[in-house]
Amino acid sequence: MNNDNRRYTFLFIVGTICVIYIVRLFALQVATSEWKNRGSRLTEREVIVYPSRGNIFDRNGKVLVTNQTVYDLMVLPKEVVAFDTLEFCKLVNLPYDELKEILKKSVTYPNVKYKPSPVIKQMLPEEYALFAERLYKFPGFFVQARTLRTYPENLGSLVLGDVGEVNKDILEKHPDYRKGDYIGLNGIEKSYEKELRGKRGIKYVYRDNLGVEHSVENGQLDSAAQEGVDLYSTLDAELQKYGEKLMQNKRGCIVAIEPSTGEILALVSAPTFDPNLLVGRARGQNFAALAKDPLKPLFNRATQAQYRPGSIFKLAQSLTALQLGAITKETRIACNRSIIGCHGPHSMDDLEMAIVHSCNPYFRGVLQRVVEANRDPNNRANDAAMGLAIWNEQIRKLGFGSNLGSDLPGMKKGNVPSPEYYNKKYGVGGWNFSTIYSIAIGEGELLINPVQMCNLACIIANRGFYVPPHTVRQIGRGGSARTEYVTRIDVGVKPDYFETVVNAMEKVVGPGGTANSIKLSDIVICGKTGTVQNEPREDHSVFVCFAPKENPKIALAVYVEYAGFGGTWAAPISSLMIEKFLKGGTTNTAREEQMMNAKILN
Amino acid sequence: MVATGKQNLQLDWGTIALYGTLVLFGWMTIYSAAYNPLLPSPFAFSEEYGKQLVWIGACIFLIVVILYLDAEVFNKLAVYIYLFFVLLLMLVLVIGKEVNGAKAWFGIGDFGIQPSEFSKIGVGLFLSKFISSSGLQLKNLRMRIQAFAIIGLPAFLILLQPDVGSLLTFLAFILVMYREGMSGNVLIAGFASVVIGTLSIVIGAGRTTYPYFGEMSSIWTFIISLFGLAILALIFVRNFVVPRSRRMLYSVTVISLILASTLAFSINYIVDNVLEKHHKERIYVMLSLPVEREDATYNSEMAKITVGSGGFFGRGFHQGPMTQNNYVPEQWTDFIFSAVAEEWGFVGSVAVILLFFALIYRLVALAERQRSQFSRVYGYCVAAILFMHLLINIGMVLGLAPIIGIPLPFFSYGGSSLMAFTILLFIMIRLDAERLSIFR
Ligand SMILES: [Zn+2]
Repeated sequence: MNNDNRRYTFLFIVGTICVIYIVRLFALQVATSEWKNRGSRLTEREVIVYPSRGNIFDRNGKVLVTNQTVYDLMVLPKEVVAFDTLEFCKLVNLPYDELKEILKKSVTYPNVKYKPSPVIKQMLPEEYALFAERLYKFPGFFVQARTLRTYPENLGSLVLGDVGEVNKDILEKHPDYRKGDYIGLNGIEKSYEKELRGKRGIKYVYRDNLGVEHSVENGQLDSAAQEGVDLYSTLDAELQKYGEKLMQNKRGCIVAIEPSTGEILALVSAPTFDPNLLVGRARGQNFAALAKDPLKPLFNRATQAQYRPGSIFKLAQSLTALQLGAITKETRIACNRSIIGCHGPHSMDDLEMAIVHSCNPYFRGVLQRVVEANRDPNNRANDAAMGLAIWNEQIRKLGFGSNLGSDLPGMKKGNVPSPEYYNKKYGVGGWNFSTIYSIAIGEGELLINPVQMCNLACIIANRGFYVPPHTVRQIGRGGSARTEYVTRIDVGVKPDYFETVVNAMEKVVGPGGTANSIKLSDIVICGKTGTVQNEPREDHSVFVCFAPKENPKIALAVYVEYAGFGGTWAAPISSLMIEKFLKGGTTNTAREEQMMNAKILN
Repeated sequence: MVATGKQNLQLDWGTIALYGTLVLFGWMTIYSAAYNPLLPSPFAFSEEYGKQLVWIGACIFLIVVILYLDAEVFNKLAVYIYLFFVLLLMLVLVIGKEVNGAKAWFGIGDFGIQPSEFSKIGVGLFLSKFISSSGLQLKNLRMRIQAFAIIGLPAFLILLQPDVGSLLTFLAFILVMYREGMSGNVLIAGFASVVIGTLSIVIGAGRTTYPYFGEMSSIWTFIISLFGLAILALIFVRNFVVPRSRRMLYSVTVISLILASTLAFSINYIVDNVLEKHHKERIYVMLSLPVEREDATYNSEMAKITVGSGGFFGRGFHQGPMTQNNYVPEQWTDFIFSAVAEEWGFVGSVAVILLFFALIYRLVALAERQRSQFSRVYGYCVAAILFMHLLINIGMVLGLAPIIGIPLPFFSYGGSSLMAFTILLFIMIRLDAERLSIFR
């Protein structure tokens, strides 16, 4: 039997396999670019060019926040060859066990061996310099430069805010962020994140057989990084620093605003901390320590605290009652201390003197005239509800119960009681004026935030308007503030009505006034003390003011917790701030020292 | 034993030219894939490309020696050469060096010798001698068993190393025996076995919940299907086949069913219980079955990406980003075809496949023009061995065969493989050169 024909079977088998392989090659190489693209993703490294975040300056051009370069030591496991681990650990100052753990993690899902993973994050330049020269001996290890925030003036930690790596929540909500990106978490860093952040650039590089990196397609696919925009803040570094010093060893806050522009000059929350603590590798540890501190340094008392305002609220009551026509400046009301207590020798003040004396029965009477105006003669409860609604509407125009449209993140709105509020609390018809009169003197259910208090001083200083308090006056060099911060907001009170209030405030800081001790020979300060009761603890010491009386340059609200009478602590601190801002400092060093050294943390 | 009548030598220069082209192309690919930028010289003897040059030099020496030997030598010494390599295969199990889990190497300093590569020469020669000297074609059962024993002894020794790749290349000799008259049913049975084996792995990888029996391996679905097919076949035979053939076809069907079921069970059992985890994963990767670890798919993925990266015209010599960045581990050995594919593209890859086809085609032509059956059988041995390497190696790179470590002839780095293939090929060229003066 002849098997010669079997040569064709043999060649047919070989030929079929060759054809199958050629078809397969065609499928992998020509028909689809899928495999080629996957290759590109591996070999054409996408290098992220991090833009440097915008700097933040104070109103005089002093640098408050800037960047420093730090280095992340990275490992690309694919390129690591056997190396002297002991020498390496000694060089980069890393325990051997940790290195072992890191290397293991770098090849464990979701990390893979052809993607870099961090070994040591955020080394300072001096740490990196120690081994920079010898790193070449360890293939697969390289450093990546990044920038971190730094605060040369060491002030304003809460108002400036901090940045941190984006977490999972942020990544899910904001797809334009990537793992490892930084984001402003607080203060100006948060509210101006968009401007400060800049735009990340992407550079595609490809490494040739010598390991040299080349740009892909002449860089046509690259996108340049856009540096973050510099911000010129409204803060006055000197004033801020001075305020922080005055408030050291105390709990409370200072808000200072330029009345005509709404620019926040200083925003102190005490106790404060060094903003540099929340930067770099120690951030997590320091943050935890600060969060545990019983004095709550991370709590921004100036924006997030809601206090009962106490006597200073009588200023707002006066303006509201005058505007609503419930009283005139001549209206006299007897100091009837049977219902509500009072201080000092007076019996039948007019409005101005009632403010100076902080006469409680007077203002109870004022609110009664606003609320119980016989709008519903048959039903006292309904009458009060109608009156309170009118009062509420007018008092809100002064900025209470809102965040003022400020750029301070997390501003609390406070509480201005409305009829609905009391209906909920006592039931419809379950309350009337005698139930709620303590709000007449800034007590009861009223809650006001310190920025709102300072804003009230601004309104009075401006005789009828305010600009939403804000922290940034120029976005970019020569730029302007956001449009909402160049618009005046009218509070709907006739300018005439302010004169009585202003004159009364001037007298408060004068002979017989509750803040007489802070009177200055060269600057007329208009103020109002407040003392908020905290039975059984000490009272909160409160003072709001502006200066000078004509053409005011600064308005202040100072709140010192558990410190006692308003004239004793809050007022002197205010006057020192005014002198610092208007004259560059005080000659009354005895008072300055007394305030700075006082420790009120009981 | 010195050759006589040198003036009569008629060397087949076409085959030699194909050999030269493949070796040169192979060396260039090694030079690119294993390139060390610190030692760019081709004569950097510490690097793979420098060493390969030494091996190429050694091959030229071997070629000269082979061409100067009398063609009769190979016929006469076939048995001794065979026994010599069988001895080496036994020895390597005792004193061999273990590399990648297989005792397959004799270590001599920096160099290693892999006797399994050379043993194919011995088997080829002895098988040719056996078939030609018996004067019979492979029809007789006793002869077939003897021929299988010749192949089986070294194959068994290689299995003990264990080196599955080299073992599979011994399947080449079945193709040779088919050419020499063994029943074609062997090839059909082989093909059917591959289909049944593949299906039993693919189907057996899953689990199914069966009524009354609960959850079990899905291999039972396959077995039930086989029984169903058999019943259909029996019904067909009963109704449509002439009565005198029925009896024979009944038994063929039943025996086929028994064999197929046994094969499916055994393969499923071996994959699940005998094979080591990484072997099982390699097979799963090839069949696109899910594997747990990313590592298992890494080599296969990287090889495919590297091939795809080449595109139509390739990235150019020394320009393949995947190759130059060593994404494929030890690319200059078993995965070298991926470097060809990336740097020379579809055009270059097809050219290499066609070069191999041309060489195999030429070898078949040489074999068929021999007057001596010894030379013809030997020619088929060379062609079939080359084909098996091509089939498994390129299939592996293209993701069509499991990852089995065998070299691509003339391309892969390594002295044993290059020298073994050179000897194998040039013995045939030497035999062919005297085809006119030898009658039997
Ligand atoms: Zn009174």
